[in-house]
Amino acid sequence: MRNKKLVSYGKFGYIFSIPFILAFLVFSLYPIVYTLVIGFTNLEGLNPKDVHILWDNPFKNFAWVLKSKLFKKSFTNTVVIWIMNFIPQMGLALLLTAWFTDRRSKVKGQGLFKILFYMPNIITAATVAILFGQIFGFPSGPVNATLIKLGLSKEGFDFQLKPMRIKAVVAFIQFWQWYGYTMVMLISGVIGINPEIFEAADLDGANRVQTFFLITLPCIRTIMLYVLVTSLIGGLNMFDIPSLYAMNHGDNGGYTLNCFIKDQAFGPDNFYDTAAAASVLMFLVIVALSLVLFFIMRDKDEAKLKKLKKQQLKMARSRKAY
Amino acid sequence: MAKTQSLHKESIGLKIIIYVVCVILAIASVLPFIIMFSNSMRSTFEIQQSSISFFTKDPIGNLAKNWKVFNGKSFDPATGFINSLIVSTGTTILAVYFSCLTAYALYAYEWKLRDAFFGLIVGIMMIPGTVTAIGFYQAAYKVGMTNKLSMLILPAIASPNMVFFMRQYLQASLSMEIVDSARIDGAGEFMTFNRIVFPLMKPAIATQCIFTFVGSWNNLFVPQILLTKKEKFTLPIEVSLLNSDIYQTEYGSIYLGLSLTVIPLIVIYILLSRYIVEGVALGGVKS
Repeated sequence: MRNKKLVSYGKFGYIFSIPFILAFLVFSLYPIVYTLVIGFTNLEGLNPKDVHILWDNPFKNFAWVLKSKLFKKSFTNTVVIWIMNFIPQMGLALLLTAWFTDRRSKVKGQGLFKILFYMPNIITAATVAILFGQIFGFPSGPVNATLIKLGLSKEGFDFQLKPMRIKAVVAFIQFWQWYGYTMVMLISGVIGINPEIFEAADLDGANRVQTFFLITLPCIRTIMLYVLVTSLIGGLNMFDIPSLYAMNHGDNGGYTLNCFIKDQAFGPDNFYDTAAAASVLMFLVIVALSLVLFFIMRDKDEAKLKKLKKQQLKMARSRKAY
Repeated sequence: MAKTQSLHKESIGLKIIIYVVCVILAIASVLPFIIMFSNSMRSTFEIQQSSISFFTKDPIGNLAKNWKVFNGKSFDPATGFINSLIVSTGTTILAVYFSCLTAYALYAYEWKLRDAFFGLIVGIMMIPGTVTAIGFYQAAYKVGMTNKLSMLILPAIASPNMVFFMRQYLQASLSMEIVDSARIDGAGEFMTFNRIVFPLMKPAIATQCIFTFVGSWNNLFVPQILLTKKEKFTLPIEVSLLNSDIYQTEYGSIYLGLSLTVIPLIVIYILLSRYIVEGVALGGVKS
């Protein structure tokens, strides 16, 4: 009787999921598939004629993109900028986490510090890009004005002149916007650790440094991995800051993948086909990364429970067989 | 005894380092915005003389002058503000309501494809809108839906990250007994969700509202592709116009334009920062 009732409620699970599924099909899945299809066609120009799938050489666009010097450059730029921002970001976030979660001496004003460190993260990246363009402006922006006043530079320093400088500034902006977020995530991970573990470490006479490296770090491994993968995916999509701070400067030193895709599709020639091919390549990388994330985040307890249930079912069956 | 003393000294030294570093970082977080606000009240000439001085002769007059520069040029913060408000509000409402509904479907009911569906949601969580932008634009273009703000709002109905978060929240806080008692009282399933479950999710909704709103408010890539008409531009697109050559030497106006776009966010942040910072932590994975 009870079982029957459960079954009759089950259909609401489907009904309540319909809006999500419809919106997903129309606004996510369809565009993904459509992008993929465009990648195999010759869709170019504002009023394209005779658009068809390139049957004789289906991977033409993909091959072109992979050979394109600008694509290679934008890919390297994206990765290099991400690394330049992520390593110091994680380092500082870990250091602050260690300080803020120290059980023996509390840092006063932590709440305020957290609020201030996180603040840059919610400000529009487009605004931040242009603001830093002004702040690092040559020759009389605030940074250069300070350098000249301190006697560290005579005529100021053109931060947009060379590829490496542009990368450094873009990475710095990303770092400035994101270390607070990473810190808050890591701190929440540390707070989630069972305090008994720390007490046991205290009893065993572990000092601060030992406790941090041998207890805290291994315990927040999952959250660190989560931050790493989400940051990597976000980093591949870097667009606002590079396009508004770095575009057309310093020998394209800050030209990222999304800049490439956007320029291909919405530049003067409207190469939608190659833009789509580049998007698909990026999509594949992100899917691979998402799979990693999927494994990190899958519900381990639930998976165990299911295994157990299956085993019990098997046992019950085998008993029946006897 | 000597040992404890040296330990004490060491920890004081460490404390000093900690506070110095934290204060420097705190200054680094706010200084750019202080420079921005202060320079928006200075004339371009004053800024060229010294861009780090906070001195100005006539703040109100300069503000008015800087504002006048926008007249007749492309940067139009009022239009951008209204459009961004429409898009962000619409996105937030749709995303929150439908994510709660989907999360409830995943949590409260036993159905055959439930686990597969949840797997799908986790799988697509991280796929950003930018990689599908070309197909999205072409599809919208074919049906004449570019330059429609609704095209930026409707996709929010399927927000996998928020569904994931809301499901976690339901798992931790909603007991099925409440739902069962509502059923016994004769409430329909849809009504139970609207009248009982949805209001119970308020704390989770509050934090997710803030993040969705801010995320949508700051979005540049997809709106910039989809919207080509000036009167449809959102605020980040308006901001990007400040980068163009016509403003190159109008430093005061650039700072003022940037300030205008930041003020709403700073106000929201000052009012809600506590919840925001707590919310970041909640949004993460359970460890």
